[in-house]
Amino acid sequence: MLTILFDGIAYGMLLFVLACGLSVTLGLMNFVNLAHGAFAMAGGYITVVLVNRLGLPFLGALPLAFVLTALVGVALERTLYVHVYAKTHLEQVLFSIGLVFMSVAAVDYVMGSQQQFVSIPSYLQGQINLFGVGIGRYRLLIILICGLLTVALQFSLMRTRFGSRLRAAVDDARVARGLGINVNAVFAVTFAVGSGLAGLGGALGAEILGLDPHFPLKFMIYFLIVVTVGGTSSITGPFIASLLLGFGDVAGKYYAPQFGSFIIYIIMIVVLIWRPQGLFSRAIAK
Amino acid sequence: MIDRAANPQLVAQAHGLLASRTRWSVLEIAFWLVALASIFLLQSKHLILTEIAILALFALSLDLLLGYAGIVSLGHAAFFGFGAYCAGILAKYGIIKEPVLALLASGIAAMALGFVTSFLVLRGSDLTRLMVTLGVALVLREIANRLEITGGADGLQGVVMEPILGHFQFDIFGKTAYVYSLIVLFILFLIARRIVHSPFGLSLRSVKGNPLRASAVGIHVNGRLVAIYTIAAGMAGVAGALLTQATQFASLSVLDFERSADVLLILIIGGAGYLYGGLIGAVLFKLVQDYLANVTPQYWQFWLGLALVMMILFGRVYGAVMAALIFAVCTALKLPFMQSIVFTVAVVATLGIARPHILRWTSAITARAVAVQAGLKARFTRKGSDHAPGA
Repeated sequence: MLTILFDGIAYGMLLFVLACGLSVTLGLMNFVNLAHGAFAMAGGYITVVLVNRLGLPFLGALPLAFVLTALVGVALERTLYVHVYAKTHLEQVLFSIGLVFMSVAAVDYVMGSQQQFVSIPSYLQGQINLFGVGIGRYRLLIILICGLLTVALQFSLMRTRFGSRLRAAVDDARVARGLGINVNAVFAVTFAVGSGLAGLGGALGAEILGLDPHFPLKFMIYFLIVVTVGGTSSITGPFIASLLLGFGDVAGKYYAPQFGSFIIYIIMIVVLIWRPQGLFSRAIAK
Repeated sequence: MIDRAANPQLVAQAHGLLASRTRWSVLEIAFWLVALASIFLLQSKHLILTEIAILALFALSLDLLLGYAGIVSLGHAAFFGFGAYCAGILAKYGIIKEPVLALLASGIAAMALGFVTSFLVLRGSDLTRLMVTLGVALVLREIANRLEITGGADGLQGVVMEPILGHFQFDIFGKTAYVYSLIVLFILFLIARRIVHSPFGLSLRSVKGNPLRASAVGIHVNGRLVAIYTIAAGMAGVAGALLTQATQFASLSVLDFERSADVLLILIIGGAGYLYGGLIGAVLFKLVQDYLANVTPQYWQFWLGLALVMMILFGRVYGAVMAALIFAVCTALKLPFMQSIVFTVAVVATLGIARPHILRWTSAITARAVAVQAGLKARFTRKGSDHAPGA
């Protein structure tokens, strides 16, 4: 039972790192980026190349995955995404689906359609026994990294000048502009960090979630659930939502495998009907 | 409410307006004549034509939602798949053997599902609707994956179809299936045409335009949305059932996310809100897809994605032309796929940076084209009136 709880938390943390960039894009610019999973996939494949082919240490490859994916993200943001902000949700969806299709086919060609594995160093494999509970070392690492990231994100959002600018832009972009905040620059940075985090999540998650060219489509719905259930106005909402989702998914697969991922879809629909703004969001007066 | 008898002149005028909108134009008649001719002239292409007809019906049903009622859906495959499995189960277990009756039954079942789930799309913004419809389709897919009766991941095998109306056996060349699909498409198209030109259809458009004002003039907004969602679901269900009957097989792919995305794309290609968009889009989409799948068997989705991205960035026509040009350059130079990817990414990034300039040119071209068209039209009508007797 405790092992499941632990695995669930690790899974949830991972989902949070993967999805929090999406929640910020959706909340800040009201932009539906279904291609978010493509950034996570990019991070995963970057790690695979760095570790398996170039022989970098796994822990050294993680920051690189973050930086490189962030660079890809900001390049795409400046060239393409920036033109789509003002379009309707439907057009944004179609645009990002187009990007997903392109990335899936390109990765399929370059890396092959089979599942990829990152070679994890031996000191991260196996379990340690803590108070009679078997804890996977790799999952412990995930919880550590993701936990630290969450604290850092929360801190930078709540305590730094950039964070307050970002929050101002989330609440009302027009007024924020009027106060002299360069909303576009804030957004470009946030987009880069968000896609970088997705890349890092993809790198960490390759071991647990599995990495193949269809990753963006497979996990799209998970990211969307985190964001819609958690709401987009804060970072704690998606965090709690990811923990719940991670735990629910792991426990559901363990205790009621015949239902599969069925339960979480139903939960998403119910939450959306009940609270279209998300479970944990305050109503934004507009 | 205005008393109808109070102003007979106004009522007559309204009837006249409605009637003039429903008149068949030459282009429309020509479109269906071409479709009819394809039965005899394109004998060897009946299999793909059947797929096109089914896809067209599916896109038509989404057009009713998106183009007329303004409901966005990322899970329209839910009803397509539901209809497909219904038809498969009805045939496999011999519940309803006659295909036309089974088709009707599947359509009604999909309508029932549409009615029940329509209440989920009444609330919330476009984003909520996109998510909810996606969620519904995923739930259905998961159910079909788990249930014994649907065959799970293996699909529904062993579906054997009886002759249509007891006479017309499905043949191996797909002629019966094509004629059958085309007739069903035509009948449902007539129904859709009747619906959108009726007062009900007009009220849908007003709901799409502004729900608040629509309700202010006495339109029961939620009722209209439920009604059109139910109808569209039924049509999508019939399309799915047709697919099962024509292929004698139903698999989980009928409920895939890609199917919902494809049908949206078809409607974007053809244009939403004038009924023919879905039909024309289906023809173009399937032909292009078929061509690409032959040229680059595994990676055709790349070009599809490129087309989508360009069409959103630069508008439907210009985007499609640009995507086609990029593809043409890659094929003409016989670039390996790797280089094609690099080339495409470079071109798209450049186009993205230069977008403001490009938009200026494209709008200039559009303005010129519109002017030329207007000039032609003016000349044409003047000539026409010269010849008209008594003018």
